[in-house]
Amino acid sequence: MVVAADMRRFVERFAELIEQNADTLTELDAAIGDADHGINMRRGVRAVLERLGDEPTPGAVLKTVATTLISKVGGASGPLYGTAFLRASAAAGSKESLDDADLAALFSAALEGLRQRGGAQAEDKTMIDAFAPAVGAFETALAQGHPRKDALQAARSAAYAGSDATIDLVARKGRASYLGERSRGHRDPGSFSTALLFDAAASTLSGDGP
Amino acid sequence: MKKLINTIESFVDEACEGLALAHSDLVQFHREPRYLARATAPKGRKVGLVSGGGSGHEPLHGGFVGSGMLDAACPGEVFTSPVPDQMEAAGRAVSNGGGVLFIVKNYTGDVMNFDLAAELLRADGIDVRTVLVADDVAVQNSTWTAGRRGVGNTVFVEKLAGAVAERGASADEVERVAKKTSEAGRSMGMALTSCTVPAKGSPTFELGELEIEIGVGIHGEPGRERTALVSADEIVDRLARPVMEDLGLKRGDQVIVMTNGMGSTPLIELYVAHRHVAQLLSGSGVTIVRSLVGNYITSLDMDGCSLTVLRADDELLGLWDAPVHTPALRWGA
Repeated sequence: MVVAADMRRFVERFAELIEQNADTLTELDAAIGDADHGINMRRGVRAVLERLGDEPTPGAVLKTVATTLISKVGGASGPLYGTAFLRASAAAGSKESLDDADLAALFSAALEGLRQRGGAQAEDKTMIDAFAPAVGAFETALAQGHPRKDALQAARSAAYAGSDATIDLVARKGRASYLGERSRGHRDPGSFSTALLFDAAASTLSGDGP
Repeated sequence: MKKLINTIESFVDEACEGLALAHSDLVQFHREPRYLARATAPKGRKVGLVSGGGSGHEPLHGGFVGSGMLDAACPGEVFTSPVPDQMEAAGRAVSNGGGVLFIVKNYTGDVMNFDLAAELLRADGIDVRTVLVADDVAVQNSTWTAGRRGVGNTVFVEKLAGAVAERGASADEVERVAKKTSEAGRSMGMALTSCTVPAKGSPTFELGELEIEIGVGIHGEPGRERTALVSADEIVDRLARPVMEDLGLKRGDQVIVMTNGMGSTPLIELYVAHRHVAQLLSGSGVTIVRSLVGNYITSLDMDGCSLTVLRADDELLGLWDAPVHTPALRWGA
């Protein structure tokens, strides 16, 4: 089961991965966007760490993350990550602990929120290209009877693979889309931060303690 | 990088402070969350006009806060969209029962942040409408991109929607005028040099000494083509023809024209450019009924210019001539 403390560890791990990769995210963004993804995400997760308190439920933790990212990150990634966390929080509701099915519902609500906010489809070279395969891999692994730990690993791998696959895509959303064919050959920065998100989930939400 | 800057962190706040100090009769600065609003609230029920976007395009948007134009502007960091808290607070501040209209330039971040703010305000029962400005004809493939960028026509949308709102028109009416203006205007810009974002400290893109970028965006986004430096008249040809063609201008049409500087362009050069804009339009039998030449929507220290043409019927022309009193635009008041 995932309780508030697990969710907090997930958020802290995500913040740590963003800190470690902030320069990489900004460099990826410099190639096809406006060179601020790492800077903006770092500002966001630092504010999240400051604001996180003793939220009683996983849903409440996610809500703090959502509102903080929405008010601190700006750009497109603020509303996108903010919406994803907000929908995840709503899906978690006020439950004190989440089981496998709850976690699957939470991931899928987050993905649906991203789709609505950004209007992106698969292969538009966006975060969706990492997020959707990760959610799909998680659901498939659970359906095949794998334990949650393995399902989260599958999600992590699918997110990184999805991010790798954005390199060969031409951007059709966001600022990179103005480059057209010239956006090919570069990784989408949002897909990489999404992979970091599932990386954080894999090491913190398996339900077997710290 | 040589700039008039204290610190990168305080840059936008200090500029807002300066604007409010210079025009304390017109504009008030709210620091947290950051927005600029009219110093004196308009009397009676009036649709509240809120715009905003990344900073670095001054006088857009803060310079257009005042009677006959915007009620509030939300400046983000340089070239970074503002966050929903800003538009939510500004929207709440200017809403007095008549509804709120968001004027949003078509950039992914701006659209999403304004959307979120609109959701938050609607949850409190405030009637929020949004009008997108997407006038940059340099973006040819709108289907497979984020769509046309919002550039110079934003000034016209803010002026004309502001004028009709000032007359006490309903939210439906203000929204109609804003949409009509948004659909009737087209723009295209060019760069002689790149801009330099303070936080980055180096030019956004590289242009050779004898190169220019035709169709550049107001954040230094790539345009239609990079070519060798040519004469002012030839540059204006390459901006005006796609604009006129896209607008489908016909003999006998009336237009309002803005020949705009990108930030580092001397006014004398803008007049040279405007001269040929006028020649081209009148050569096609199009009448320029009003003109604006100067820096109205800039790109930090970029050198270059943009052209915006708005097809103006009697309604839009009447709204253009209505009194306006803002830091950057003033007549009849």
